[in-house]
Amino acid sequence: MWAGTCGRGSRCGARAVSDVASRTEAILARKGEIMKRALGMDYSEFERSPIAFDYEGMMAAHGYSLDQITAIQAAAGVGSTPLLELHNLTDLVRSYAGPGMGARLFVKDECANMAGSFKDRRASMSIHAAKAKGYAGVIAATSGNYGAAVSSQAARASLACIICQEAFDSRHVGQPEIIEKSRICEAFGAEVIQMTVGPELFSHMLELLDETGYFAASLYSTYGISGIETLGAEVAHEITALTGAPPTAVVITHAGGGNTTGTARGLRRAGALTTEVVSASVDLSGLHMASDTDFNRKSFTTGHTGFGVPFATWPDRADVPRNAARALRYMDRYLTVTQGEVFYVTEAMAKLEGLERGPSGNTAMAAAISIARDLPRDATVVVQETEYTGAGKHHWAQLNFARENGVEVRLGDPRQSVPGRSIVIPERPEQIRAVEMDLGKLRHSYVRHALAHAGEGYVPSAEDVAFLAADTNSTPEAVEEIVAGLKEG
Amino acid sequence: MDETMKCAVGDWVEVRYVLLEPADRAANLPADTAAQPLLVWMKGFARAEAIVGEDLSIETTTGRTVTGVLTDVNPGYTHTFGRPAPELTHVGRDLRARLAVWRKGGE
Repeated sequence: MWAGTCGRGSRCGARAVSDVASRTEAILARKGEIMKRALGMDYSEFERSPIAFDYEGMMAAHGYSLDQITAIQAAAGVGSTPLLELHNLTDLVRSYAGPGMGARLFVKDECANMAGSFKDRRASMSIHAAKAKGYAGVIAATSGNYGAAVSSQAARASLACIICQEAFDSRHVGQPEIIEKSRICEAFGAEVIQMTVGPELFSHMLELLDETGYFAASLYSTYGISGIETLGAEVAHEITALTGAPPTAVVITHAGGGNTTGTARGLRRAGALTTEVVSASVDLSGLHMASDTDFNRKSFTTGHTGFGVPFATWPDRADVPRNAARALRYMDRYLTVTQGEVFYVTEAMAKLEGLERGPSGNTAMAAAISIARDLPRDATVVVQETEYTGAGKHHWAQLNFARENGVEVRLGDPRQSVPGRSIVIPERPEQIRAVEMDLGKLRHSYVRHALAHAGEGYVPSAEDVAFLAADTNSTPEAVEEIVAGLKEG
Repeated sequence: MDETMKCAVGDWVEVRYVLLEPADRAANLPADTAAQPLLVWMKGFARAEAIVGEDLSIETTTGRTVTGVLTDVNPGYTHTFGRPAPELTHVGRDLRARLAVWRKGGE
């Protein structure tokens, strides 16, 4: 037992500093053992080499079919959300697109799920698994909508719930969006542990899993990612029924990779093999995600490059032994948009489409508006999520908070914004222009990480190369070339 | 005394405690983060009477016992929508007008 058994907080006040430091190291050293118990799953049976593992075998291990997952979610109040065509936004894009251009825009209103976002799809499966396996409660480390989703589903399933959140800087100033997430988790009866900035959030989650014996409702487990497959399948079926063809492109807000992975897998399962999978993140380059001072200089708490790039280039940095979310395996394009563009689109969505929604799905919407301009009128572009908004999460609250923290907010060309210093709101919709990320560079970075983790001197086998090619949506020849280049240094 | 300054047994309260002192924190943190202790705020039911600033044990929602310094009694939420951003107030008017003009002119 860590918390409450030996004095202040969850540590022993009388212990020497060095003992406490070793305690943190000791808990991290036990990560494998703790997570094995807390997930009820042994990942080692899928390992094939220091690089390769049986991804599809791991994904299938829980034994639930897509139909079973759909039924579990329906009983949990999750899924079958409205697909809305955005006629006014489409016409707005056509008003400045070239002749014959301007794709039809659609949005999947995932806000209609129980706790207000697509994260309910992930949480519903994690909570179903926890209940089926007989755990008394669940724990998740998340400052995002996933906390609300886990708390809501846990309440329905009569399971105890602990949510660890990175909520404040050292001045006890909280990002208003995260304070709202704390509120909604507590509204659903979760125990919320609000922490200051730092990656030790995850070692503390391990301590709590060890203390309570609860289930690890990880964002990156096979349950959670499988739960998103229903979203991709719904999009494929609904657009095909409406237009006679699968979507031309589906745009997906990307952070840890689960949204891209689950949606793309669902699209494929539903036969949408020609659909372009487009990931989109808010550009927060230059801000350090573990910095106490940078923490409140960003207006987006997720769906940004601070998670999107590191998780795409090394997914196994997650809290599970092997991440089920492997975005690079599925993305055909990766676009970035600025904070100002997303706020502008958020306002436009409310005023033109009657959809007052939060920033997460509107990140993909900004990218979708950008690419729709370059596609013909019979093409279809789908943004596959919305999220709830409200006090704290609302774009006015975010912009006010940015100003209070010294960030300049002004009108102009969004390309001139500098994350953490300025937010530039477009003056005209023509200024919404997503920037293409070089997937070749991301693949190179992924292979470099994989080789580094395999250990010095490890020579990848043919099976490793085939795995890396699949995991980077690339070819064995391209991987061989990267490996040879890295060897030359 | 202000009723948010003092708690009775069973009151819903908030406590703060140090989870890790700076010296105990993870390696490779940015300097600004590494210089700070890792703090936690938690809510629960008071196990004793206390005044803000005093040590207090609470029973958390999951029934655990946690000890810290009492920081608030019956803690609430004060986050808001705030005033509109002047950079966005014109967006609805302008875009609706623009659509109307474009539709009038025919596609």
